[in-house]
Amino acid sequence: MQSIDIDARGLSCPQPVIETKKVLDKKPDAVTVQVDNVSAKENVSRYAKAAGYQVTIEGTEYGWALELSKA
Amino acid sequence: MKRLGKEQYTIMGAGSIFAVLAVLLVMLGNPLNMGFCIACFYRDIAGALSLHSAAVVQYVRPEIIGLFLGASAMALLRKEHKSRGGSSPLTRFVISFFVMIGALVFLGCPFRMLLRIGGGDLNAVVALLGFASGVVAGSILLNKGFSLGRSYTQGKVEGSLPTVIAIILLAVLLFLPALLKFSTSGPGSMHAPILISLAAGAVVGLLAQRTRFCMAGGIRDIFLFRDPTLLLGSAAVIVVALVLNVATGTFKLGFAGQPVAHTDWLWNFLGMGLVGYGSTLLGGCPLRQTILAAEGNTDSAMSVLGMVAGAAFAHNFGLASSGAGATLGGKVAVVVGFALLTLIALLVIRKNNK
Repeated sequence: MQSIDIDARGLSCPQPVIETKKVLDKKPDAVTVQVDNVSAKENVSRYAKAAGYQVTIEGTEYGWALELSKA
Repeated sequence: MKRLGKEQYTIMGAGSIFAVLAVLLVMLGNPLNMGFCIACFYRDIAGALSLHSAAVVQYVRPEIIGLFLGASAMALLRKEHKSRGGSSPLTRFVISFFVMIGALVFLGCPFRMLLRIGGGDLNAVVALLGFASGVVAGSILLNKGFSLGRSYTQGKVEGSLPTVIAIILLAVLLFLPALLKFSTSGPGSMHAPILISLAAGAVVGLLAQRTRFCMAGGIRDIFLFRDPTLLLGSAAVIVVALVLNVATGTFKLGFAGQPVAHTDWLWNFLGMGLVGYGSTLLGGCPLRQTILAAEGNTDSAMSVLGMVAGAAFAHNFGLASSGAGATLGGKVAVVVGFALLTLIALLVIRKNNK
């Protein structure tokens, strides 16, 4: 299973969502998005769910790692 | 369209409360359709601090201080207060400067635009078309790779300063008002009692932090992601303001004779277009910039300073419109703003895509 990593730390919305969308448009099986602010966490999660992905959120030292996988 | 969930109901609730407070502030003394206007209020604060000398728009608006206090408190409570900065601060200052020019050519920020529509002011509907066009243009640039870069963690002092400055301003207003200028006529002289304005601002600050309410973001998210969440908040402001204005008899449908407004449709369209364009490049409208600054985002604090500077220039150089219409200087400044922001965006995109 391929996994793609997006580093969206330090980016303010909507950029984390734009980066995520660009990757999800290629319909990968799994993507990890690293974010460091709450709006990015919420907005990326909302977008990923709407695009048909399951979201698991894990706290990290810099913020969160969002694991997106095909639902 | 997705079904409505908790997030959507929350933001519609927040928008409704904003509209109720806005109408209440007008009943208690604020200028008509100006219960809230982030741009106008920064303009008034710039005047109160003698940064410009337009005698009719000078007052330290406690609503703004309330926004800072409410948003800071909510961010601290939710452990979201973080000192961050370093994402092109000077570029943000310049973009915000022109966002303010655009707002003062129209005579209102996105928030007041919604309230003006709710008051029956059709000039604001024209402005909304311009605003939406500006947001779409900005969104296309975002999609093409425009980015102001990453921000980085900063020390606690740096991120606390915006709210500390707001508190100092409040202390001056309450205890040393002799340092400030107060309009004796015009919009600056019309205001609700200080503590009520402060409390209303704080409530909006709390809720806007919680919901990430943003008017530019609403149109942007529809265009980029087909996500209606933020837009529902703005829609709630219009609907509730409309109902309350009709109920209280302040609703007046038409173009002519609207309060603190002019009928130069082209410049209402372009002025607000520049606001939408710049706000989208910044990542949020003037309200959102204020809330982010209160959360410890010093890039947004630079945006706030850019808006204050823009307001001072707008009045010192006769760029701001009046009820009589847009000025020649204002029209030139809006065109220059579009050109400069586009140049900045294209240069950034070229560099990012290399």
